[in-house]
Amino acid sequence: MRVLAALACVIALTGCQRERRDLRPAPPQAAIYGDAAREGTLQPGGVLPARAVAYPASQNALAISEGQRLFAWYNCTGCHSHGGGGIGPPLIKEHWIYGGEPENIFETLVKGRPNGMPTWGGRIPEYQMWQIVAYIRSMNHLEPQSASPARADSLEPSPTIQNKRAGVTR
Amino acid sequence: MSVPFIAALQQSAIAPVGPQAGRIAFLFWSFLILLTCVFLLTIGFTLWALSRHHRGIEQEPLERTHRPSAATDARMTRAIGAATVVTVLILFGLLIASVVTGEQLAGLRYASNAMAVEITGNQWWWEIRYLSDNTRRILRTANELHIPVGRPVMIRGTSHDVIHSFWAPNLHGKRDLIPSRITTEWIEADQPGQYRGQCAEFCGLQHAHMALWVIAEPQEKFDAWFEAQLQPAAPPEDAHLQAGEQAFLSSSCVLCHTIRGTDAAGQVAPDLTHLASRLTIAAGTLPNNKGNLGGWIADPQTIKPGNHMATVALKSEDVQPLLDYLESLH
Repeated sequence: MRVLAALACVIALTGCQRERRDLRPAPPQAAIYGDAAREGTLQPGGVLPARAVAYPASQNALAISEGQRLFAWYNCTGCHSHGGGGIGPPLIKEHWIYGGEPENIFETLVKGRPNGMPTWGGRIPEYQMWQIVAYIRSMNHLEPQSASPARADSLEPSPTIQNKRAGVTR
Repeated sequence: MSVPFIAALQQSAIAPVGPQAGRIAFLFWSFLILLTCVFLLTIGFTLWALSRHHRGIEQEPLERTHRPSAATDARMTRAIGAATVVTVLILFGLLIASVVTGEQLAGLRYASNAMAVEITGNQWWWEIRYLSDNTRRILRTANELHIPVGRPVMIRGTSHDVIHSFWAPNLHGKRDLIPSRITTEWIEADQPGQYRGQCAEFCGLQHAHMALWVIAEPQEKFDAWFEAQLQPAAPPEDAHLQAGEQAFLSSSCVLCHTIRGTDAAGQVAPDLTHLASRLTIAAGTLPNNKGNLGGWIADPQTIKPGNHMATVALKSEDVQPLLDYLESLH
């Protein structure tokens, strides 16, 4: 009986999102996400409900650690340091100038932003963008701790942010 | 000799082509031959002792007072004493042989005409940098180590991610490449040829596909190779190759790869300036030809699952020009 229970646990693990390893990326579909990204709440004719974006790298340990590697490889650290900011703004924060939802961060990467954020669209493949988005969110504890890198390079968010997030997200 | 046999000799510790591997092989054969003799003698004596005619113990129990004669006793003492002395001498001999070999292996570093090459392990390829006091003569390449015959080469090893191990068995033993530390190893090849090296420390999914070729060639040939490699890539001449260059420069490739002479200056992946001059692609995984290169670029995750080469969605009309451009980078 015990053996069966242990076996069931192991089998259940394989269904876990955290463990999934999609080595071959999904085909790009940037157009879908562009519509979803909003930077304000003002909308004529009443506010439409936000479109939920199920982004492929979410809650996945491999994707987040790949995002961590790419964050250094593509020299995001050059301006943002390991999330604390430097030449560029910090990435561990509550108030995002251009929105902090996954689709907003994705759009910031694709399009770039004034005063220095380069346009990465056409350079970084889409699936890698989502991995970087997932890593940036994991810095802010917005991805499950179980899927986040055990030894993160990033700084820790301030306790106030952490407490607030703990109530809001999980 | 058959082809597989020659191929096996290209990565073999018992087919040494340099003084370092030669000493290691000599030590190996000395140990093997001497200890095989000891083993055979020991087993021989044991079998002889077992098969000797002696009193059947079960039929006729020994009397309590039974003692061997004084002559037998003295003979046994002498035999055991002599065997002990011989054993100790053999062990000391082996100890001295291995210490002397270690000393000789370290001795190569005192050569005055040595050159220095830095090898950096990466998941899953080798970055190779020829060091020089003149910054214009530092050469960065990948997965193929050219060395001049008869000249000691210092390998200065390190790693960008996890622990790897540089091992070209025809030239020397293994040397670990450790992140943020420097390890050194001295090699020398006495015969021109192509020798295969392999990562010898498990380093992740594609550890088995992390190979490199060491190409030993006469000094003049090496110099010619080196000067050619120092040159930037020649600008493509016809429109087809220019389209290929443009495809390279306007896609994800440039974020990781360098082609000297163009805007592509990524530092985290192999330098492609003279890609077509190499024997293999993907760190010794496939022979370097247009078909393999096409497969590798289109779907790297099938050829080497888990590797860090990005899967890039190229426009179909860009594929042929890109491949022809890359294969023109001699």
